[in-house]
Amino acid sequence: MKVTIDAELCQGQGRCFAIAPDLFGFDDMGNGIVIGDGTLDDSSLKLAQLAQANCPEHAIFIEE
Amino acid sequence: MTDKKLVEDFATDWDHTDPQWVNDPFPIWEDLRGRCPVAHTDRYGGGWFPATHEGVSKIAKDTDNFTSRTVIVNYGRPGEDALPAPIGVAPPITSDPPFHSIARRLILPAFAPGPINALEPAIRELCNRLLDNLGDHEIVNAGDEYAQFIPPAVIAKMLGFPPEDEEFFREIIHIIISGVDLEDEAERIERFAPVDEYFTKQIQDHIDNPRDDLTSYLLNVEMEGQKLSMEHVRGTIVLILVAGIDTTWSSIGASLWHLAQNPDDLARLVNEPELMPVAIEEFLRFYAPVTMARLVKEDMDYLGCPMKKDDWILLGFPAANRDPAEFKDADKFVIDRAENRHLAFGLGIHRCAGSNLARLELRIAIEEFIKRYPKFELADAEGVTWAPGQIRGPRNLPIRVLK
Repeated sequence: MKVTIDAELCQGQGRCFAIAPDLFGFDDMGNGIVIGDGTLDDSSLKLAQLAQANCPEHAIFIEE
Repeated sequence: MTDKKLVEDFATDWDHTDPQWVNDPFPIWEDLRGRCPVAHTDRYGGGWFPATHEGVSKIAKDTDNFTSRTVIVNYGRPGEDALPAPIGVAPPITSDPPFHSIARRLILPAFAPGPINALEPAIRELCNRLLDNLGDHEIVNAGDEYAQFIPPAVIAKMLGFPPEDEEFFREIIHIIISGVDLEDEAERIERFAPVDEYFTKQIQDHIDNPRDDLTSYLLNVEMEGQKLSMEHVRGTIVLILVAGIDTTWSSIGASLWHLAQNPDDLARLVNEPELMPVAIEEFLRFYAPVTMARLVKEDMDYLGCPMKKDDWILLGFPAANRDPAEFKDADKFVIDRAENRHLAFGLGIHRCAGSNLARLELRIAIEEFIKRYPKFELADAEGVTWAPGQIRGPRNLPIRVLK
């Protein structure tokens, strides 16, 4: 499983990297970015889902 | 404002400066959501108020049909006194695409988490200095003597304005926020004169003595090979002052107002400091201080409403945050709410550029206050006053410190 951020949708609300700083970081503009290739294991999946459930822009996607 | 006719039906005649709305808008919005999700008014030359999360979200993201040229509801229209679209008087909040993203990219790096988080020690020191000043009094004013002082000092520091001008900043905010409600154009311009004069002086001082701060940055930064126009620099400074002061101060005040009345929440925060980041998001959802306006670009039917060109849209982010269609137990403050897609900072391309700073100030202000005063209550519930208009928060907030 993999997590991605749609850069077109992300507006830098800042929720993902506050909730899951090991999965998400930010660029110079403060927009969210995925750290590494976004591959998820069982425990990081939960955090990614929590970040997704808190993103007001619906910019986080989790793929099988 | 006092001679305004009181609102009888907010569905057909809403007014966000009506005393009932100012004191407790939540039942009004709940009522509107139930029977008429988009309210209308003939006041201010005509406008609409969507009360649902869905309606607010749709319009906030729709920059094709709505313009941001003026974001504060007033009797005028921007044609009279604004720069031509798409720049607007206070870029980028008053800018439309495509200029908007250029203007926004100029300021975002200054408000990204890196530089903002570096301010934490200075903000903590400031809060402690203010708390020292409050001293051992039994009754302290958490609004006028605490919350009110935090954002101006931080913003003044970022802009490189003299720290001793903090009090004048608050006056500026008052002039701008209260002045926009004036019907008389000439009177508005006259009221704004001291504001213009002050900014001219500060900008000139930065031209003569460039230094490492946001004002010098704006004066020197280049956009497509050109320095910014003076109007752009001035507009962005106005934006940073207005958007960065009243808003955060309202948020800090509302959060303390809540804790003063909810001892269980206060005790949890005192005993479980790791809860703070989640609690901050719930404070932001439940007491979102800011509503923003848009103007309808052309006559159209939208959300079932016959909208006319230049009608206002008041984007009630705080109303959206209480919509049960989006939030479970929307009308309850849940301090450890795990899933919270609140819209306190707006949505889409105009997401509050200062959100990282606002969160930081709010968190530190609450952390230091409850560290100093782990138990407190409202000293005079009836004496609490709320600021009218588009930025809502408690101003007079007398709190009794408990042993």
